[in-house]
Order: sequence, then C-alpha cells, then structure tokens
Amino acid sequence: MFTAGKGRRVAIGAVVVGAVIALSGCASGDPLADENSSSDGETLVVGSQQYYSNEIVAEIYSQALENAGYTIDRQFQIGAREVYLPEVEEGNIDVFPEYTGSLLQALDPSVTSGTSDEVYSQLVEALPEELSVLDPAEASDQNSWTVTQAFADQYDLTDIASLSNVTEPITVGGNSELQTRPYGPDALQELYGVTVAGFTAVEDSGGPLTVKALVDNTIQLTNIYTASPLIEANDLIALEDPDGLFLPDNIVPVVSDKVDADATDILNEISAALSAEDLVSMNAESVDEQKSSEEIATAWLTENDLLG
Amino acid sequence: MNLLFEGFAWIFDPAHHGGDEGIGTRILQHLGITLVVMVIASLIAIPLGYLIGHTGRGRSVVVALSGGVRALPTLGVISLIALSVGIGFTAPVIALVILAIPSILAGAYSGFEAVDRRTIDAARAVGMTEGQIVTRVEVPLGLPLLIGGLRSATLQVIATATLADYVGAGGLGRYIFSGQATNDYPQMLAGSILVIMLALVSEALFSLLQRSLVPAGVVAAEQRQPDGETSGGPTRKSGPRRSLIAGARR
Repeated sequence: MFTAGKGRRVAIGAVVVGAVIALSGCASGDPLADENSSSDGETLVVGSQQYYSNEIVAEIYSQALENAGYTIDRQFQIGAREVYLPEVEEGNIDVFPEYTGSLLQALDPSVTSGTSDEVYSQLVEALPEELSVLDPAEASDQNSWTVTQAFADQYDLTDIASLSNVTEPITVGGNSELQTRPYGPDALQELYGVTVAGFTAVEDSGGPLTVKALVDNTIQLTNIYTASPLIEANDLIALEDPDGLFLPDNIVPVVSDKVDADATDILNEISAALSAEDLVSMNAESVDEQKSSEEIATAWLTENDLLG
Repeated sequence: MNLLFEGFAWIFDPAHHGGDEGIGTRILQHLGITLVVMVIASLIAIPLGYLIGHTGRGRSVVVALSGGVRALPTLGVISLIALSVGIGFTAPVIALVILAIPSILAGAYSGFEAVDRRTIDAARAVGMTEGQIVTRVEVPLGLPLLIGGLRSATLQVIATATLADYVGAGGLGRYIFSGQATNDYPQMLAGSILVIMLALVSEALFSLLQRSLVPAGVVAAEQRQPDGETSGGPTRKSGPRRSLIAGARR
C-alpha cells in the first residue's frame, strides 16, 4: 500500500536528497570559474564595471579597436573589482578600463596617499606579472565624501577634516562595501575625529537613490564619484581632500599580454585625448539624455578623429 | 574546508551575532518587513478575493491583472518607489505588497470556488442569508486554500525581502549584497542559508496551520469515506470537494 503518509515521507526524503546533492555541487570549486575560456589570437575581450561611466570608456576602447580590425567580445557590467580582477588575471578578459588609485589600493591596501604620477608608478610595480597598465588619461573619476550644499553651509564645510565641525549625528550612506573600504567611516573617525552615528546601505553606487537619500537628509554623507553629473545637478559638494584620503583615480586601461603593439597604440591615443571635462559631459549625456554608451562612444571618437 | 562549511561557520561565529549589524537584528528586520507586508497584502487581497469568489464576477479581469503584476521585477519597482518616497522601509514594503497580493487573492477566490455548489444551495435552502452563507459556509470551507495562498505569498516575500537592503531597509539581504561586493562568499552564503531557514520555518508553521484549520465537518466526512475507497472513482476525485480536501492535506 502506498498511503498518503508514506508518500509524504518519500517526498520529504527526495527533497532532502536533492538539496544535499544540489548544495554539495555548490560547495566544491569556484562558482565563478569559467569552463569555456577560449583563446583565439584574434578576439580581444573587453570588460567593464557595473557602472555606466566605466561602460562608456570600455565602449570607446571597443569601437576604436574594432575600427582597427580587431574582433571584440564585450563583457560589460561585471560587478565589483573583487569579482572581475581575478578574471583579468586569469586572462579571461584582455582590456579593462580601470582607475589608478582604487586599483592600486585593491592590490596593495597599505598604500594610502600619493600624487597621480606616484600612484601610477606604484601601480605598475604592484600589478601581477600577467597584467600591465597602459598610459593613464587626464580624466579621473575619484571617490569623494559628498554632502549637500545646505549641509556644507550650515557647518562651514570645505574639506573632509572640517566634518568634525558637525554637531548633529552623521549617518553615512552608500554601497555596503563602503563600510569596510580604507577611506570608509572608520578612517573618518581615526584620522579626523569625525563621529559617524550610523551606516545606511543604498546599493546603487552613488546613483539617484543615494542622491535622493542625501537630499532628503536621510543620510548626510555619502560617496559619489567626482565625474558624476549628479553632483552639479543636485547642488552637492564633494569635500576637498588635501590629505589624499582618496587616491587619485585616473582612468587607465588594464591589459593582458594578448594586447599587441598596435592595440596598445590605439588605447594610448584614447587616453591622451580623454580629458576630465569630456568624462563628466559624457556621463551627463548618459544620465540626463539617456543616450546609449555606443552612441556616446561613437560621438566622442568621431569628435577626436580617432575612428580614422 | 569548503564554501558551504564556511557559510555555516560564518553564521555560528559569535562575532556576527549581536549589535546593529548582527544576525539577530537582520533577522528581526527581515521578519518585520515580511510581517508588515503580509498584513497589508491580506487586508487588501482577502476581502477582494472573497468578493470575487462569492459573486463570481470580475474573475477574468483580476486573473489577468494579477498575472501581469506578478511579472513586475521587484527590484525595479523598489527603485522607482524609493525615488519618490525616499529610501527606507516604505519602498520595499509597497513593492512586496504588490508581489504578495496575487497569491493571496488566488487563494481567497479559489477557496470560495472550491466549495461544492450543492453545499451552498443546501445552505440557502435551510434559510441562511447571503451573509451567513459567506461567514458560515464559504469562509470556513475555503480556509485551507486561503492559507495555501498566504503560505506561498509568505515564501515569496521572505525570499524577495532580501532586496530591501538595496534602499537601506536592512534585513538579511545586507549579507548578500555586501558579500557579493567584497568577494566574501561565506558571508553571502550565510545570508542565503538564513533566508532559506526562515522560509522553511514559515513553511512548517503554515503547514501546521493549514492542517488545523480544516473544519471538523470536512474531517468527519473524510473519515467516513477514507482515501483509496473505490466507490467514488476518478470522477469524484476531480470534483470540487475532493480538491478542497486534497488542498487541505497537501
């Protein structure tokens, strides 16, 4: 007899067995391992962060390389650095737009300050053997501690150190990883004696939700990238950083050894032409006019005579 | 040893238990969101579902509408709402209420529909008013299916409430977001395991509730005609009353 009671027991047993099998599958090996990493000599894989501005730069690289006859495999919108850097090291990605300071700090957390040039030369040394960086661009997109103009006026804020003037509790908001970054709330406390009352996660990387929270005064302090058009559009102030809490973050292509001399020249030409204003205005086109990164990249390349 | 083990080790590490960032706080936030969502969604969906089930009107419109609503990506809804109401508790609650309503609604009206028409005719014949038919016949007989709807809605809400942290409402989603961003897979897995455990506990509670809420009359009728009896045959099994009992016991 196959009664309902037995049927249930069998069903529960099946679920448990299935769950154990499924979970033990998860448990072994690296969940992100790429099983079909191909390596034709012709195809270059261009990656980008999950960040529209980074994607625009990656698209510029891609279009310029395609124009010179390379086949490009676009692997855009990959999460945080901790996720894609191993992929670049393993040779699964050949070209990746990076930021000098943030990358250096990821490779060597002990580095805390330096000029653009110092950071670049330290970065060249810190990179693992399989990787190299080409010329950096003038354009930079740095982390910043950002407040509203009203909040800055109220407490006479100009630089990060002046945050210690603030008498009300400061709630910091931003991506949850901000909490553990070397320039995070702990650094504010240690270096400048700024008391941080709490941390609220807003996981859109300094995007519209973060700005909304700041303008609503739900949070008082956040990290917005300096090339973000949202800073000007919403009357925000990125506090000055005279002590170099944030490292300079010039845009630089990180490349694998599959990138040959011709491709290197193309990428270096792009870096030479990419100015800070260009980056902010391209970001604004993406955010305000909702243009696609393809469109923006093509327009910039044409403007700078880089599509030969 | 391996990732699964590290995930459990992360959960059992006392350093992760107390305080504002601890597992206790995160579980309470997660359950708080779930509870508020389920109460609001029930207040909307149960009366509406009963109305549809009792009158038999508007069913096709509501089925189409709630089917469409199910397809809304919750993260998008949360972001959109948060842009107008600000970050925090409100946006995820509204988005999750939208997610929870279709299941509860379906449970409520199908509970009424599953009641044998002859039972309702009999109730009417003995002189019950429409109100009495609803409260004494349709509601009790429809309860098991309604609880089924609440059960699947709760499951969806517990799983999807992980998105609440995207707009600063906390909950177990924090471990998943923060683990993913910093390559801390044990933390991410710990978050997932905790969500799974909450879901299993809710399943167990609802399954007990569902069984205890089968009306005594239905149980008595079932005992007089136990499972496996041949007299009814397949036509009886597919009949409305059979499916009601099956729904209650599953």
